[in-house]
Amino acid sequence: MTEGLGIGLLSLVIWVPILVGVLILITGGDENAEGQRTLALLGSVLGFAVAIPLWTGFDTGTAAMQFEELARWVPMFKINYHLGVDGISMPLILLNSFTTILVVLAGWEVIKERAGQYMAAFLIQSGLINGVFASLDGILFYVFFEAMLIPLYLIIGMWGGPNRVYAAIKFFLYTLLGSLLMLVSLLYLFFQSGGSFDILTWHKMPLAMTAQILLFIAFFFGFAVKVPMWPVHTWLPDAHVEAPTGGSVVLAAITLKVGAYGFLRFAMPITPDASHYLAGFMVTLSLIAVVYIGLVALVQSDMKKLIAYSSIAHMGFVTLGFFIFNQLGMEGGLIQMISHGFISAAMFLCVGIMYDRVHSRQIADYGGVANRMPMFAAFFMLFAMANAGLPGTSGFVGEFMVILATVKVNFWWAFLAATTLIFGAAYTLWMYKRVVFGAVGNAHVDEMRDINGREFLVLTLLAVCVLGMGLYPLPLTEVMHASVDNLLVHLSHSKLVP
Amino acid sequence: MNFTFSDLIPALPEIFVLIMACAILLIDVISKQRMWSYTLTLLTLAGAAAITLFSATGAPQYAFGGQFVDDMMADVLKMMTYLSGIAVLVYSRVYLLERGLFKGEYFVLLLFAILGMMVMISANHFLVLYVGLELLSLSLYALVAMRRDNAQATEAAMKYFILGALASGLLLYGMSILYGLTGTLELNKMAATVYMGVQNPMLLSFGLVFLVAGLGFKLGVAPFHMWVPDVYQGAPSAVTLFIGSAPKLAAFAFTMRILVDGLQPAVAEWQGMLAVMAVLSLAIGNLAAIMQTNIKRMLAYSTISHMGFLLLGILSGTFAGYAVSMFYAIVYVLMSLGTFGLVVYLSQNGLEAENLDDFKGLNSRQPWLAALMGMLMFSMAGIPPFVGFYAKLSVLQALVGAGWLWLALVAVLFSLIGAYYYLRVVKILYFDAPAVDAPTITGQADSHALLSLNGLAVLLLGLAPQGLIALCVYAMQMSIQ
Repeated sequence: MTEGLGIGLLSLVIWVPILVGVLILITGGDENAEGQRTLALLGSVLGFAVAIPLWTGFDTGTAAMQFEELARWVPMFKINYHLGVDGISMPLILLNSFTTILVVLAGWEVIKERAGQYMAAFLIQSGLINGVFASLDGILFYVFFEAMLIPLYLIIGMWGGPNRVYAAIKFFLYTLLGSLLMLVSLLYLFFQSGGSFDILTWHKMPLAMTAQILLFIAFFFGFAVKVPMWPVHTWLPDAHVEAPTGGSVVLAAITLKVGAYGFLRFAMPITPDASHYLAGFMVTLSLIAVVYIGLVALVQSDMKKLIAYSSIAHMGFVTLGFFIFNQLGMEGGLIQMISHGFISAAMFLCVGIMYDRVHSRQIADYGGVANRMPMFAAFFMLFAMANAGLPGTSGFVGEFMVILATVKVNFWWAFLAATTLIFGAAYTLWMYKRVVFGAVGNAHVDEMRDINGREFLVLTLLAVCVLGMGLYPLPLTEVMHASVDNLLVHLSHSKLVP
Repeated sequence: MNFTFSDLIPALPEIFVLIMACAILLIDVISKQRMWSYTLTLLTLAGAAAITLFSATGAPQYAFGGQFVDDMMADVLKMMTYLSGIAVLVYSRVYLLERGLFKGEYFVLLLFAILGMMVMISANHFLVLYVGLELLSLSLYALVAMRRDNAQATEAAMKYFILGALASGLLLYGMSILYGLTGTLELNKMAATVYMGVQNPMLLSFGLVFLVAGLGFKLGVAPFHMWVPDVYQGAPSAVTLFIGSAPKLAAFAFTMRILVDGLQPAVAEWQGMLAVMAVLSLAIGNLAAIMQTNIKRMLAYSTISHMGFLLLGILSGTFAGYAVSMFYAIVYVLMSLGTFGLVVYLSQNGLEAENLDDFKGLNSRQPWLAALMGMLMFSMAGIPPFVGFYAKLSVLQALVGAGWLWLALVAVLFSLIGAYYYLRVVKILYFDAPAVDAPTITGQADSHALLSLNGLAVLLLGLAPQGLIALCVYAMQMSIQ
């Protein structure tokens, strides 16, 4: 543990993208757009590069926090700059840093106005989200958790679709409601623990049942909105549809994970008894998300909306996996988080690629895309299959693990969850069929050009990840094994005051 | 009462400002160059800052037989008052020049108002408090009415004057009741007497009601907030800038002196009253602000809600609560100066940047100014990493610590509602296209530099809030026995 000495790896992971983002903002307006893009790419690659040692230097044998940094930040309020990662948060940091590169590449030519501000917003956002995953201090976490809303708000509002203002404000207020309730519970925990904002201390602290339930509810509001769980999901389709491609990618691939991560880091370990007590409630909401939202996705006519709903359904699997309290389920949920990060990013990028050419997201405006964009159609096919949970892709691994784990607990839950294999395939492949196959639908489609080198690079990177994780998920489960084990042991002990 | 020269030392900054204000009044008559008065006013404030800084001893020093006190709280608040005075002058120079208001009266009234605040901040006696308050109020009435051919400004001044006079009356009535009850007007002694128990507790509550109502008027909290939106909107922006800044510090000090220095033993009595006022202010301020199209009026309602938040800290009745309220007041003044400073800055070349629409698409015209305004808005909404977040956090922490969990929840919910109209400003700055006929913005180097500093302070203090919080806590420790 380094106390106030030097700059640790995690600090670099957080601050490098933010500082590069600020640097881009300083370089001025659109007259320097080319340089700004290059700078953004360098910054995002650098941000990923400094995150790699987290993986290579990670000790899979321990559940303790690694790469810890501790410095006093606001001693008056006992707020510390305390960072550290375990097997749960480390893969998410890598996922986030990796996604940032994709987002920068994806916005390369498409964003013509205020490109510098666009790139800078994504880089700053990336650093802030890394901060969320790395924070071990309650207030530090909250600062990153809230601050990351600002760039995303601006991204949706400035570069989004026609209804962007409504979507941006709805997104912000919705998530703010959750976080503010969480803030009060952080303060409550501060006083209960005798004056500490340290998350690890909170994990060990005994709490009465009523307090646990109230805290759980507050955390639920904070995180369920982000996940999003049914019925607090309504902001997501709006935000997704209106956001620019990069914004949708970050929303789906990263921000949703913040909510799920919050359950693992806060709600479950701090209030284990309440988590058990309310597990049925959580499972019910998760299953509703899987089944009902899956059906909702089926009838969408807007591609982005369809993928947004499919995201909610997939995230239902994540929370389902968490709240059945066994190793397989929790690891399945975590794998599903990472996998969904890749797949949803890929799906949104595919829709974005088509949107850039035709400027429509309506399924009805397409048809026969494969005739004009064969290469693209192949990639899209792979990702659509992954979204439907085809074995061999990463989408299968997580869902299968969760279903398997659920069978052990309750057959009918597992049965309901497994319907996703049908619904998921139905809505994804039906959309795919209508958009890609058939005769060329109209003149716009006829003019579509196949993907260029930049788009090819982005999709290849994602395809490698999706297939790699699908065929050989072991390295990932190895990393999270010790931490998940530890969390489950922790959850099996009651924290009620004897 | 023996009077010695050493009695004057604690009051040296006040004496200096008084002499300089009179001198500037004379110089302004003789000289035709208004820049002289402007520069001298700036120098006066800088000089007063230097005197306050060098005469600060830490421990409270009493003067004039205990009527006047110079403690750490007073020193810190006075320093902030000078700073905001300087900022007001720099921000408003071009605005006043353009409108022919760059006159001697402005500087002299400004200095007298600041003197009034200084007296309020240092008062340890009801009458001294009252004198300071009236000096401040009368100067402000005149400042609001300075653009005398403007119907709105005149109406605002009239309203301000009548309601202000009513509030002063209420205060005086409350003071006289307490005087009758305790036999003293000195705050320390009153606290001691109330602590020993008064003969007629009913009368104590009765007097308190009037005092708190008067305080409510001066702070501008609901249900005594009626004057705030009209005055903020009607006054020339440069004056609104001033009213929205330093007087809040003085009003905070005023509240602290009366309720904490003077009536701490009756804390249970005034806590409830403040709680009602705070909740009402949060509700009315945040809800009414949503509907405004005039930015000055919107900010007026936002002030009401901020003052409600400030009261939350005080009503927690704990030492920590007082310290964080002071922090809140200072942070609020910093944010308010920046925001109104930008309104004043953009009101140039014939435009009064009063309507929210005047800020449309500022990002594509002046990205840096838009970024400053954006940061200030997020800070006011209490979004980290800006300092406004810590201000809110610290008050909430004090509240929860003192066992007022439900109030903390109410405050949090209204912050959420408040976030909406701050976000709307950001939306106007960033998402909307600029108006086609928007006049060009001419740069003003001095004002631009200070505004940048002001905006960056909101960010930097947010990243490293420790210093300012520690200062506030230390000041409270040294001041409250």
